[in-house]
Amino acid sequence: MILFFSIALKTYCMNKLLQFSSITGKVIMALAGVFLVTFLGVHLGINLLLLSDDGGRSFSVAAEFMSSNPLIRIFEIVLFAGFLVHIVLGLVVSRQNRASRPVGYVVANRTETSFLSKYMLHSGIVVLIFLALHFSDYYFVKIGLVAPPEGIGPHDFYAMTLHLFSSTWYALFYMFCFVLLGIHLNHAIQSAFQTMGWNHTRYMGAVKVAGTIYSIAISLGFMVIPLYFILFR
Amino acid sequence: MNYTLKIWRQKSAKERGEMVSYQVSGISAEISFFEMLDILNQQLIAEGGDPVAFDHDCREGICGTCSLYINGRPHGPVRGVTTCQLHMRSFSDGEVIHIEPWRSKAFPVVRDLVVDRSALDLIIQAGGYVSVNSGGIPDANTIPVPKHHADTAFDAAACIGCGACVAACPNAAAMLFVSAKVSHLSLLPQGKAEAVKRVQKMVARMDELGFGNCSNTYACEVECPKLISVTNIARMNREFLSAKLFSEKEKIVRDSI
Repeated sequence: MILFFSIALKTYCMNKLLQFSSITGKVIMALAGVFLVTFLGVHLGINLLLLSDDGGRSFSVAAEFMSSNPLIRIFEIVLFAGFLVHIVLGLVVSRQNRASRPVGYVVANRTETSFLSKYMLHSGIVVLIFLALHFSDYYFVKIGLVAPPEGIGPHDFYAMTLHLFSSTWYALFYMFCFVLLGIHLNHAIQSAFQTMGWNHTRYMGAVKVAGTIYSIAISLGFMVIPLYFILFR
Repeated sequence: MNYTLKIWRQKSAKERGEMVSYQVSGISAEISFFEMLDILNQQLIAEGGDPVAFDHDCREGICGTCSLYINGRPHGPVRGVTTCQLHMRSFSDGEVIHIEPWRSKAFPVVRDLVVDRSALDLIIQAGGYVSVNSGGIPDANTIPVPKHHADTAFDAAACIGCGACVAACPNAAAMLFVSAKVSHLSLLPQGKAEAVKRVQKMVARMDELGFGNCSNTYACEVECPKLISVTNIARMNREFLSAKLFSEKEKIVRDSI
């Protein structure tokens, strides 16, 4: 699997068509990232309906709307493309970055930089693992690739969620992934502005603060749900 | 004061290198880092050994020749200075000091701590200049330059091309260097005419030479001895994008004769 992936990646890098400049590649990655960041806000909005005390009725209505509205069906394809572009470019860029320093330092770098900004690949990989799990838990069940848990219909996302969060280990792993997503986003949002060239002394401070607030909100927002189910159900 | 030095020794580009331990003693806190290395080299020569090769020239922080990755930081622990402006008072007595050459695919080691930084010159050759002779010093205000453009251009022009940004970057990217050069030229009227072509050529050359991609960790800005700001990188990204997206195609002039 890893071998196949590395070969695919190599052909991808060598493909002449895709020999874009370092800045172009990063701009595409940033734009895909900005799209994904907006999507997270929408997803969180729907997920928070899980907390309403109506036996999952409002959540199911929203989930039903998301999986039946034709406009959202189209956007789902755009979303998958966004994920693919962001992930593939992230791996390609990281690979190039690693290649640009074939002999490393004996003493690890001690330059003071922003928190974990050097570990975007690592936090990204954890989010990718979560994404794979999330697909097999929900999306593959929906399209019939994976059988739903016993006694639960393939479209009953509320019951599936209850079932998943009934395992404390799953809930803890879920929360761990969102801590890392928050760290990833904290660097990513201001980084996207910088890559797009929108760095200005007048507003960059505000962008950084807003980015941090948004990433904390996303991270905590998603984590509240499993916490609620562990503590109160 | 006494120090234990662990220095990267490598006879030539082709041979393998390793960290070698040396002791220096009776070092005054007020001498410079290079003077301390000079003492070590005299000691090595007296013992019949091979002195440590390192780059240095002006020793007053303006030429950009010196390098050295000291205890995990390019140009050592003090912010905003080159290695030649570093003094032994910045190290405590008995400290172990690790000295390594700068590491990047584009900066091959020549010998010991000396690396070949001509990749930076190649980027300049790709477009970091004004093609026509812009003449002598013009009379004041014959070419209008807004004050803040002059100031920003001057700040960018302070780049001495030492390559500390590349050495500090986790991706060995040269974005801070290239963006400083792009900025200081494009902000002034003499350089503006070629700005669209320049940024594209310099970025293309930078990519070819094997420098990494910027991931906005801003380690470069922290280690730059001339405190060049990463807003220059944003400016370069902006110029590059608008050049790629909006620049007009050049007319192809056919030979009519």
